Amino acid sequence: MALLEIEELRTYFYTRSGIVRAVNGVSFSLLHGETMGIVGESGSGKSVTCYSILGLIPRPPGKIVSGVARFGGIDLLNCSGGQLRAIRGKRISMIFQDPMTSLNPYMRISDQLVEPLVVHEKMRRSQAFKKAVESLEEVGIQDAAMRIDLYPHQFSGGMRQRVMIAMALISRPEILIADEPTTALDVTVQAQILELIKQRQKDLGTAVILVTHDLGVVASFCNYVNVMYAGSIVESAPTDELFDRPMHPYNASLQQSIPALHEKGQPLYTIPGLPPDLTLDIKGCPFAPRCSHARQICTEQTTTLKKITPNHATSCIRFQCGELVNTRLANDAAAV
Amino acid sequence: MSSFLALENLKTHFPIYKGAIFRKEIGTVRAVDGIDLRLRKGEILGLVGESGCGKSTLARTIMQLVPSTGGAVFLEGRNLSKLPREKLRAERVNFQMIFQDPYASLNPRMTVFDTLAEAIQTRRKLPRKALSGEVAALMNRVGLSANQMRRYPHEFSGGQRQRIAIARALAPEPKLIVADEPVSALDVSIQSQILNLIAKLCREMELTMIFISHDISVVKYLSDRIAVMYLGRLVELGLAADVVERPLHPYAKALVSAVPVPDPIKERKRHRILLQGDPPSPMNPPAGCPFHPRCQFAIDACKQAIPALEEKEPSRFAACIRVGEI
Repeated sequence: MALLEIEELRTYFYTRSGIVRAVNGVSFSLLHGETMGIVGESGSGKSVTCYSILGLIPRPPGKIVSGVARFGGIDLLNCSGGQLRAIRGKRISMIFQDPMTSLNPYMRISDQLVEPLVVHEKMRRSQAFKKAVESLEEVGIQDAAMRIDLYPHQFSGGMRQRVMIAMALISRPEILIADEPTTALDVTVQAQILELIKQRQKDLGTAVILVTHDLGVVASFCNYVNVMYAGSIVESAPTDELFDRPMHPYNASLQQSIPALHEKGQPLYTIPGLPPDLTLDIKGCPFAPRCSHARQICTEQTTTLKKITPNHATSCIRFQCGELVNTRLANDAAAV
Repeated sequence: MSSFLALENLKTHFPIYKGAIFRKEIGTVRAVDGIDLRLRKGEILGLVGESGCGKSTLARTIMQLVPSTGGAVFLEGRNLSKLPREKLRAERVNFQMIFQDPYASLNPRMTVFDTLAEAIQTRRKLPRKALSGEVAALMNRVGLSANQMRRYPHEFSGGQRQRIAIARALAPEPKLIVADEPVSALDVSIQSQILNLIAKLCREMELTMIFISHDISVVKYLSDRIAVMYLGRLVELGLAADVVERPLHPYAKALVSAVPVPDPIKERKRHRILLQGDPPSPMNPPAGCPFHPRCQFAIDACKQAIPALEEKEPSRFAACIRVGEI
């Protein structure tokens, strides 16, 4: 049985310039111990999806319009604040992109680490403190006993992210949501942090949802991936299949537009145009205006995510009805 | 001297002061610490390194936006750091910069026309009528439509703004462009548009360029040669393909291996070198080779002296005393 099941999640923001449909009908399920990736560009709704699950959407202007998030018999989207608080930080925890802004600059690391243990586990402070030191050692911070009393600004970016990971995992959660955990970090530090999350995940058996815009990170880290575009999932598949046989033109062209490290320099493929304005009611496939495979039907029919094989789904209408078999772009499609 | 751009033992140090009334110099940040580099005309050099390694300071020093502490920058044989103010100002049309953040580098109160017209007039004064034709041509060249020239920067998306910033840099018809992380603030699908545009423009206009990025795969795509920077110094320099396929310096090796490749099958086979710790502070660099505290091949001799950038193989340079052994 799935650990977490999201169905038809819709989160809208009611702003002065109109209703922004940030998440528009997202469904997925997360299995025990799985590592699932959510990839997409900025504004595709990947972060809002995660925030919605944990009730972190500022309301107003945000509002969860519809949807269910089943987790251990509770619907996270429609439960009481108390119920949610008992889960958040204990059974589901989160790491944010920028470790500087997500740690409290006025609090010592020790106080911030001890807090979840005191709140959730009703531990005594002295006991919690001991555990906090252990958890810092587990994420590879040397001299943890001494450094635990420092303030966040006394740590480097990579160290701060280690502290965030220690904090998120201290109460042994069942799910860890990592929202772009390495985007603000250098590549060599990124490699360290991803390796650390992998290691801790193995030790604790935590399921991880990794939100990222980097297909490289997905390839090295996830076993299942959802690709998001303009508020909905356009393709979901096991990682190997996603790269091996893309079933949605967006995924295919995204892969072809990244400069590959070990290949010779031909012009890059480009996706023309811009992501759509989410305040407009999009008719048909949101990717159609930028898609080189688009036909009239794409701008008329509403898209839904459908399974083509037991674990590979796409929202591309033409792929679903068998018109399109190869979503990759032809060699001469490169343009400026 | 035949090189188009030459940096000779270029140094930029920033003093650090302490105390509000009795200001005392307590140290120096050696952001750029002795860089020698030669570019031929039309070459694209990619400069990679992690945050804090001094790559942006190097860019600004070449652009004469930050005074150098020592050494010299020669552009077509003229020593830029020695030019008097007025001469330097006149010379600036020949070297231009593209900045990382197109939200910050364009004046929000100037229309695209104003921004570009001002830049064009730094080289030649034109009557207003002729200007709009020039601006339109420039906008078309970077893939913008000319009927948008009366708009303000906020009316454009990030990718379009970067196109405007590129047009602004090209307007004085420069010979040298320094691009400091021009695609880092952009989304993946927009990034490839801008990279293709830069590649096309360099080809068409025979620009010489220093392209700075922290992402070695982006740099590899554009560059003829790649230079790897660590703590204010170059540690490796060579043809782009060589540096990526077979890096010599241990830091370059780690940097290349740390880049995640968007291919799960290759990813599983790769051996990733995990460095220990963070890059050290440029204020207090370790003695000897600046990389030795994180280097798995470091021996005692590495702690003694700073290794020089030497030619280890034909046209391949590295600053490591153990290149042959590892």
